[in-house]
Amino acid sequence: MKGKPLVSIISAGLSKFGKHEGVYTRELFSYAAKEAFDRCPTLNPKQDVKAMFIGHMGEAYEHQGHTGSAAADWSGLLGIPATRTEAACASSGAALRSGIYAVLSGLADIVIVGGVEKMTHRSTAEVTEYLAMASDYPFEQFHGITFPGLFALMATAHMNAYGTTQEQMAKVAVKNHHHACLNPKAHLQKEVTVETVLASKVVAWPLKMYDCSLITDGASCIILAKPELAKKYTDQPVHIIGSGQASDTIGLYQRKSLTSLQSTKLAAKAAYDMAAVNPQDIQVAEVHDCFTYAELMAYEDLGFCPVGKSGQLIDNQETCLGGRLPVNTSGGLKAKGHPVGATGTAQAYEIYLQLTGQADKRQVKDAQTGLTHNVGGSGATATAHIYRSDN
Amino acid sequence: MSSQTPFTIEQFYKFMSEGKVMAAKCRKCGKIHLPPRPICDNCYAQEFSWTEVSGKGKLLTYTIIHVAPPQFQPLVPYPVGIVQLENGLRLPGMISGVAEAQLKAGIELTVDFEACNTNQTWPQWRRYCFKPP
Repeated sequence: MKGKPLVSIISAGLSKFGKHEGVYTRELFSYAAKEAFDRCPTLNPKQDVKAMFIGHMGEAYEHQGHTGSAAADWSGLLGIPATRTEAACASSGAALRSGIYAVLSGLADIVIVGGVEKMTHRSTAEVTEYLAMASDYPFEQFHGITFPGLFALMATAHMNAYGTTQEQMAKVAVKNHHHACLNPKAHLQKEVTVETVLASKVVAWPLKMYDCSLITDGASCIILAKPELAKKYTDQPVHIIGSGQASDTIGLYQRKSLTSLQSTKLAAKAAYDMAAVNPQDIQVAEVHDCFTYAELMAYEDLGFCPVGKSGQLIDNQETCLGGRLPVNTSGGLKAKGHPVGATGTAQAYEIYLQLTGQADKRQVKDAQTGLTHNVGGSGATATAHIYRSDN
Repeated sequence: MSSQTPFTIEQFYKFMSEGKVMAAKCRKCGKIHLPPRPICDNCYAQEFSWTEVSGKGKLLTYTIIHVAPPQFQPLVPYPVGIVQLENGLRLPGMISGVAEAQLKAGIELTVDFEACNTNQTWPQWRRYCFKPP
């Protein structure tokens, strides 16, 4: 089974990321579904798609839960089993994983997996409160520890342990903003400088406004098929050859390490082993940069560099477009935006474009092997997936 | 073990309001749980003894919150951190009485049990914090 396709992506869709005023969650998702259906004219959605898994983190935004069936309805798929998956910001990473289970089980040959979040109609304070629900209530939220606060606690620990600097974190923002300028679907097309990032308003020291991902509306989906059927629908399937998902304590304070995520390490190891791929083989990656520090931590946890050396990787521009291993060519959560439930499959959408040569101005030349990494909460969930194209 | 004191987070906060940091020690495998839990994740036993833990410890890491949820907005900016207690167990919380310039990993802190009662309908726990010894 090692290195063999688990499932094949035959199509993908992504709404514009940004502010969608007056648009409801299920409506937003239908934009992503329509793009995926339009991209694959040989697919008859009503006949061929047998199940939906959709990541959606929060009922609080619209007083609306039960997203699966509503999304199936607005996507013209009423009647199919449609299930919402929730794992905080990894909700659609978990949807993707669930879709793989469904296809491999033999219960469904073709499934749509995706995610959605509508956030921008709420105030920053409200969004801060809703996002914090993914952290531990009794010992974190109850004590006023916010989501940026949890990543700031890790960033401070990393600065102390390895001498990582705020400038190095700022460089992640500079890179991802630059990449987003090449992505017409990104929330922000705006270059920033290290000085701008450092001078921006403090959110949770040492993290400042430009270290944080954006509050964004967006939806994403991909269509998975049993590998044997993929060529019937597309000449350019992208195969998922490794999948990992892991859990850790919901409270950051209970973890052995405050500078790395055990869930990422476990998920990545499972995915690499299944794919028979090493970190050195990855040519393009979308990693969970909910905060700039989180991207540095991901470099280490995914094996892109030795522990403690992530600052040097960004200093050397190795993860920029044109570098050894371009990371977050879409602009990442940082600048493409982070509609939390949509993020996991939006990352898969970017890798799908990259491995099929459709990434236009941000195309990584001859990319054949890619990785996505999606984190829920402060790391209580992580998923990792490895992708390969045929060409 | 007494049926009056369940090994729960709720009970942990009741003890905190009485000025005690109480952990649960598994009677079968000896693992100490902070917060307590009703079933040991190590050996699945349900028999525990309460053990009092020193409220003294050292700051492991910290941040200063500037953007907070609505109920905490009046307090910003406020420091929070994770404190490693003398027995190695950890608790997070707000830090009071330490100037920003003095905040760094390794400083000594102790639990302040008197911090504040919250006026919410749920949970009606007293919010402890950390202060210099």
